[in-house]
Amino acid sequence: MYDEMYQAKSEARSHYSALARWLESMPPNVVEEKRREADLLFHRVGITFAVYGDEQGAERLIPFDTIPRIIPQSEWTLLENGLRQRVTALNRFLHDIYHGQDILRAGVIAAEHVLTHEAFQVSMIGLDLPNDVYCHVTGIDIVRDGDGEYYVLEDNLRTPSGVSYMLENRRMMMRLFPELFQLYNVRPVEHYPQLLLEALRASAPRGVRDPIVVVLTPGQYNSAYFEHAFLAQQMGVELVEAVDLFVKDAQIYMHATSGHQRVDVIYRRIDDPYLDPLAFRPDSMLGVPGLLAVYRAGNVAIANALGTGVADDKSTYPYVPEMIRFYLGEEPILRNVPTWQLRKPEDLRYALDHLPELVVKEVQGSGGYGMLVGPAATRAEIEAFRERIRNNPANYIAQPTLALSTCPTFVEKGIAPRHLDLRPFVLCGRECKLVPGGLTRVALTEGSLVVNSSQGGGTKDTWVIA
Amino acid sequence: MLSRVGDRVFWMSRFMERAENMARILGVMSNVVLCSTPETQEQNLLAPLTITGSTKNYYALHEQLSLPALTDFMAFDADNESSIYTCIKAARDNAHEVRWQITSEMWETLNATWLEMRSFRRESSAGPDATRFFDWVKERSHLFRGVTYGTIMRGEAFHFSRLGTFLERADATARILDVKYHILLPRVEDVGGALDYYQWAALLKSVSSFETYRTIYRDQIYPINVAELLILDRRMPRSLAACLEQIDQALARVDGQNDHAAKRLSAELQARLVHGDIEEIFRGGLHEYLTEFLEDIHELGQRIQRAYLGAL
Repeated sequence: MYDEMYQAKSEARSHYSALARWLESMPPNVVEEKRREADLLFHRVGITFAVYGDEQGAERLIPFDTIPRIIPQSEWTLLENGLRQRVTALNRFLHDIYHGQDILRAGVIAAEHVLTHEAFQVSMIGLDLPNDVYCHVTGIDIVRDGDGEYYVLEDNLRTPSGVSYMLENRRMMMRLFPELFQLYNVRPVEHYPQLLLEALRASAPRGVRDPIVVVLTPGQYNSAYFEHAFLAQQMGVELVEAVDLFVKDAQIYMHATSGHQRVDVIYRRIDDPYLDPLAFRPDSMLGVPGLLAVYRAGNVAIANALGTGVADDKSTYPYVPEMIRFYLGEEPILRNVPTWQLRKPEDLRYALDHLPELVVKEVQGSGGYGMLVGPAATRAEIEAFRERIRNNPANYIAQPTLALSTCPTFVEKGIAPRHLDLRPFVLCGRECKLVPGGLTRVALTEGSLVVNSSQGGGTKDTWVIA
Repeated sequence: MLSRVGDRVFWMSRFMERAENMARILGVMSNVVLCSTPETQEQNLLAPLTITGSTKNYYALHEQLSLPALTDFMAFDADNESSIYTCIKAARDNAHEVRWQITSEMWETLNATWLEMRSFRRESSAGPDATRFFDWVKERSHLFRGVTYGTIMRGEAFHFSRLGTFLERADATARILDVKYHILLPRVEDVGGALDYYQWAALLKSVSSFETYRTIYRDQIYPINVAELLILDRRMPRSLAACLEQIDQALARVDGQNDHAAKRLSAELQARLVHGDIEEIFRGGLHEYLTEFLEDIHELGQRIQRAYLGAL
C-alpha cells in the first residue's frame, strides 16, 4: 500500500513533512472547529450535490476533507506531459474516425467496434471542427498503485464534472488555513475559468470576431447544477436552458430581455442524445430543436463535440496507448491499468475464474454505479454479478483490484488513511492546457476503493507545489 | 439578460410583495372583525376572499366563514394559490432558479424566509398568534426589499424586480380601496357612524397611511380624501400614482425590441394619475374607476411580460 504522506510509520515524505508537523501541532478542538466552519461555509454558499435516486431529492454536501493532497512538481510535470499527450491522441483519434479512418484501416482497432458503437455519431462524419478539437474539456481519472506508479483509470470526454469543487476547495483551504500557504508554495488553480473561456472562444465558428459563449444546463434539478451555474458566473457568460435557445435562419439565438441575441459557442452539460429532439431522442425536453443542423452548417460550436463518447468508453480505453503510438509516434508517458475485455472469450474465461480478486465495470457505466469490487463483495454479490456478466459479457471489462494509494483523512475516530484518486482537467482550444492540480476524491469508508461522490466519497484540496 | 431570468426576478419580487399585501389585509381585517356586529362580520370576513378572488375556493373547502378558518386558508393553505405560504414559496422558488443572477444576500433572505415559514405552527399562528405572524411577513418583505435595494447592481435585474414590486402593489392598493364598495356601502355618500369610521381607519392602516392621513388632512376620515391619498398622492408610497411613477421610471431604463406598447401604456397611465382629479373620479364612480384601473394594470403586466420576459 502506497501512502501519499508517510513512507514509513510516522516518517513523512519530504514534501509532506511540514504539513505533518503542522498537523501534529494542531489542538484537536481547533481542527474540529475548522471542520465545522468549512461545513457551514459550504452549506451557506450552497455547494451541494443532488444524488440520483435519493428519495428526498435532497441536496447533499460533498464531504470536504481539510488535509490536502500534495503533488511535488516533478511528479506533476510527468502527469501534465502524459495528460497532454493522451488528450492530443484522443482528439486525433476522434478526428480520424469521423474522417479518413486510418486507424481502422490499419487494424489497430476493429472497425466494427467503433462504427457500431452506441456513441458513434454518423452525423459527425466529414464535419470539420475549429482546430480539429473534439474534447475541449477532458477529465482524466488517475490512480496510484501500491508501487506509487501513476495509472490512468478512465478518460471522461463527454461532460466531465468536478472542477467547481477543485476551485471551491482551494478557496476554502486558503480561508481556513492561510498559514499553510506560508509553509508551501502552492501553485494556483484559480485561473481555470479564464482558461476555459479562452478555449471555448478559440473554438468559435470561423469568422466570428467576438464570440458569445453560453453554458447549457439541463436545469436546477441536475446533480451538477451548482457547477454549471458556478462556471457560467465565473466566466461571466449566460447560463441557459434549452427553452432559452432557438434556431432562426440557421443560427442559434437566445431570448433576452433586450431581444434576440446570437450564440456562437455552447458549452453544454447535456448528453448527446438529449441535445436536439429533431435529430436524437424526440422525447427530450432538454434539447434545442434544430441545433444539430446549425452545428453541421458550422454556425455554432458545441463543446465537447458530439460523438466523443466512442473514445471514452471503457471498452475503447485499452486501445488508448496504441492510439498514442499510432498518431504521435511516441511511447505513452502514463500507463493504462491492465484490462480484460469480456467480449473476448479468453478474457471472459479468465475474469469469471478470478472474480473475487477483480474489479468489474460496465463499459458505459459512470459515477461508480453498476460495478463489482471483488475483494470487498460477498459471495452472493459475486454470484449475482457473474450472472449479469454471463448474460451480456460485451457490456463489461475487468481490471485487477489496484491497491489505490491512501492519504491521511479526518474520519469519525480521528485521522486515518483513506484511498483516493485524482481527476485533472485538460482544456483544449488552440492548444491543450491544464491548471496545476485537479480534483482529489477520497473514499471515506475504511478500505473502500469507490471514491465517487454519488457513493459517499469526499474531496480534498490538491496542491502542486513549486 | 435572458428573458427567463428576467421573468424569475420579476415574479420573485411580485410574489414577495403579494405576500406582504395579503398579510396587511388579513392583519387589519382581523382587527375589524373583533369590533364588528354579527351582521357586518360576514361582510368583513369576505373582504380578503373578494380581493383575491378566492371566495369559491374557500367554500369548496370550508362550510362556515370564520376568522380562524379564513386566516388558515389565506395564510397557510398550500393548496390556495393566493395564500401567504404559496406566495413565499413561489418567491423563493423563483429566486432559487436565478440565485446566480441576484446577490447572495437576496437569495439567502428569501431562502431563510421560506425555511422559517415552514416552521410556523399553523394552529396557533392562524389563531391567537396571527398578528405576530402578519408582522413577521411584513418584516421579511421589508427586509427583502431593503436587501435588494442595498446590494444589487442598478441593472436589468434591479429594474425588473422593481417592476414586479410596483405592479403588484398598484394592483393590491386598488383592490383594497375597492373593497369598500363590496363590503360596506352601496353609495359613498352614506358615511358617518362609528363603525364606518373604524372600517375606513382600518383601510388606511392596511396600507400604512393612517398617520399620513391625519397629518395631511387634519380632519375626519372622508372617503374622498382617502381615495385621493391612495390614488393620486405621489408622496404616499403605496398610492397608485407613486407605483406608476416607479414603474414608468424602471421601464425607461430597460430596452427591448418590441416594448413600445408597454412603455406607451405605462406613460399613459402615469399621465392620467398625475393629472387626475378626485372629484371627477367620484362623479364617474369610484368602483368603475378602480375596475378600469385594475384592467389597465393587468394589461400593462401582460405587455411587460410579452415585451421582455417571454410567454407565461
